[in-house]
Amino acid sequence: MTQPTRPTQPLLSIGDLTVSYRTSRGSVPALRGVNLDVHSGEIIALVGESGSGKSTLAHAVLGLLPRGGSLDSGSIRFEGTELSTLPDRALRAVRGTGIALVPQDPVVSLDPVKKVGDQVAEVLVIHGIQGRRGARSAAAELLARAGVDHPESRAGQYPHELSGGLRQRVLIAIALAAGPKLIIADEPTSALDVTVQQRILDHLQELAAASDTAILLVTHDLGVAADRAERIAVMSRGRIVEQGGSRSLLAAPAHAYTRELLAAAPSLTGPRPRPERESEAEPLVEATGLVKTFALRSSRRDAGAVRAVRAVDDVSLRIPKGTTLALVGESGSGKSTTARLLLGLERPRAGTVSFGGADVTAASGERLRALRRRMQLIYQNPYASLNPRHAVGTIVAEPLRAFGIGNRPEREARAREALDAVALGASMARRRPGELSGGQRQRVAIARALVLRPEFVVCDEPVSALDVSVQAQILELLMDVQEEFGLTYLFISHDLAVVRQIADRVVVMRAGRVQEAGPAGEVLGAPRSAYTKELLAAIPGRRGVGEEAA
Amino acid sequence: MPDTVIGSARSRGRNRPLWHAPGLVLSLFVLVIVVSWALVPNWWTTHDPVTGVPAERLLGPSSAHLFGTDETGRDVFARVVHGAALSLQATVIAVLVALVAGSLLGLVAGYRGGWADSAIMRVVDVLLAIPSILLSLALVTALGFGTTNVAIAVGVSRIADFARLMRAETLRVRSSVYVEAARVSGLRWPGVLTRHVLPNAFGPVLVLGVLTFGTAVLEVSALSFLGFGAMPPAPEWGSLVSSGRGFLATAWWLTTFPGLAIAAVVLAGNRVARAIDRETEHQ
Repeated sequence: MTQPTRPTQPLLSIGDLTVSYRTSRGSVPALRGVNLDVHSGEIIALVGESGSGKSTLAHAVLGLLPRGGSLDSGSIRFEGTELSTLPDRALRAVRGTGIALVPQDPVVSLDPVKKVGDQVAEVLVIHGIQGRRGARSAAAELLARAGVDHPESRAGQYPHELSGGLRQRVLIAIALAAGPKLIIADEPTSALDVTVQQRILDHLQELAAASDTAILLVTHDLGVAADRAERIAVMSRGRIVEQGGSRSLLAAPAHAYTRELLAAAPSLTGPRPRPERESEAEPLVEATGLVKTFALRSSRRDAGAVRAVRAVDDVSLRIPKGTTLALVGESGSGKSTTARLLLGLERPRAGTVSFGGADVTAASGERLRALRRRMQLIYQNPYASLNPRHAVGTIVAEPLRAFGIGNRPEREARAREALDAVALGASMARRRPGELSGGQRQRVAIARALVLRPEFVVCDEPVSALDVSVQAQILELLMDVQEEFGLTYLFISHDLAVVRQIADRVVVMRAGRVQEAGPAGEVLGAPRSAYTKELLAAIPGRRGVGEEAA
Repeated sequence: MPDTVIGSARSRGRNRPLWHAPGLVLSLFVLVIVVSWALVPNWWTTHDPVTGVPAERLLGPSSAHLFGTDETGRDVFARVVHGAALSLQATVIAVLVALVAGSLLGLVAGYRGGWADSAIMRVVDVLLAIPSILLSLALVTALGFGTTNVAIAVGVSRIADFARLMRAETLRVRSSVYVEAARVSGLRWPGVLTRHVLPNAFGPVLVLGVLTFGTAVLEVSALSFLGFGAMPPAPEWGSLVSSGRGFLATAWWLTTFPGLAIAAVVLAGNRVARAIDRETEHQ
């Protein structure tokens, strides 16, 4: 393949790239003729849902396709060198010095038994940039550049001693170590809280600009892409369906899939799908002064010393019948623990929970079980919350079995009804969870929660494990069944845009304490606490995608 | 329970035809033949395994006597075929004793935790501290001789392995989200245990069961060889090897063929266990 000579030759040029995976059922195409140019110094975002092939593309460029993946045709040219036919040895030299990767998961991407400073220094030694001696101090310098505080002492720490955000910064330092011309960032911040995400992306952007490094940002979040990238390429089913300048692409998406993605992305502006309800009704659930502490055995130095961590600290809330209260906060803020206290799954150290007049905290055994019949929980991860051995029909009918409701045919009929309510056909009843998609599984979990006709349902991050377009469907479904069955929701989320769609009232939590509480419009529109303001400001996509999505 | 485990493993994970694994096919073939020996020995041989023809003493293998004859003129092939019933019966009892008792102990220890866990696992530790053949010998001496007692003794000496594995698996499954989801659905603990924990924890335990099948054949034979098992003249593989020992120099077939039968079953059992292990890992 000959490259047309242009005044600015692209740094990376992918031409008609086709990649497939060998599986037991034959070869499955992952990339079907992808064309993409990256120029030096630019930030280009590769956007798509899971399974669209965006990660495969990133790995193909690095020559790091997983086992079973094969590069069938096409070319990958980096600075004029064809990478797809390059021998392994030469390719290793390109990795690191030419192209570097910032991987997705900071938890598993660092070697747990090596100090982080050594992991950064290793890159320098491998590429012969520094000798062993010089590498150590150079590593600390790189850590500092990546925004790690106290780089000298942090270099001597192990990954498990660092927070998620710090680990991601270490990974960035490793990527930057050999001074690459292109950084491929594969969902670099999707495992992190929004405020941390914002700081890290800001930093990455600055570093790239300072050294004229190009960034290929792989993400599922259109908001992140809109904020950071000059150009966006939208991928779907192994093809780039549309690419262009961020602003023009988001303002006037040409392809139907892009429009679909934009419409599905929840936004902080634009009309709410449903007006907020101010209910005068009696509270169904009321918690006062909840405290929950966990004993924490701290580090080796003072072994035996037990420190109590207040996961939930004096939390009070009331949820009027038929409304939705959203509990918002970053990871570790105590929102899930609060929900578990409300359901009687954990016992509080202090405080009470009343549910329709009954005291949940004092109930145990059969009385608690009777209360459980009226309150249900939908979990975050539909891949873990369904027994893989049971058929969908059995899973949905299980609460009925547990309470001995009806005989077998009656239970089956009610399970079918519940599946019907979540828009799953009767044919689904015989399938197993492994045969379903994430969205379908979450529908099954919702059907299981509904089958007992509960009054109160806790949704613990019910959409955060799902793709945006599926997210929108599940949220709509949750709102529909709320209308239909008059449910009261406690909706736990870290995503304020999602909360804005569904919540009537919002409680913002941080480090176990309530920061702010009030009607959704007020809290999200005119926040009073500094923390809520910070959370709102950190949400990606405020500069572009919001307006168009509406 | 085992049926559902194997069934689901097969239906999902089997993505290449069986004949691509000739070793596995051969192993299954061996096991099927041995089981048919145990169930319908008369399909295989017309010779009487107990009363011999004195005129035909110590004849070498021939078309009339496939494995030759012994010192009283009995057909060795007929004795091996008829002995399969006793040997397999003892092995199955041994594995069942170990599997059922071990799994129950492990399940209770893993699921209830606390003092029940400590108490059960300390007993298991004690069992592990005694060499298994010594434990079996002591038990069979206490219970009295006979194939069934040998089987029980071998089974008891294997309980510890099953209890430990089952406890570990139970601990893993117990902390999974769908088990909590079942509790939230209002299921009582026996229901959670039988419907969710047990089926999901049982796969590896079943593999160990099949694996133990091989070693149990060996141990049962060893105890019979030592004279604790079936009383003569009843045929049993271990005692066949033992009684042929006296003629090792002159009539090799007396020990070799029963010995080969034992070896074939042990090898086949291990191969099948490995296949099941692979299949359950896929899930």
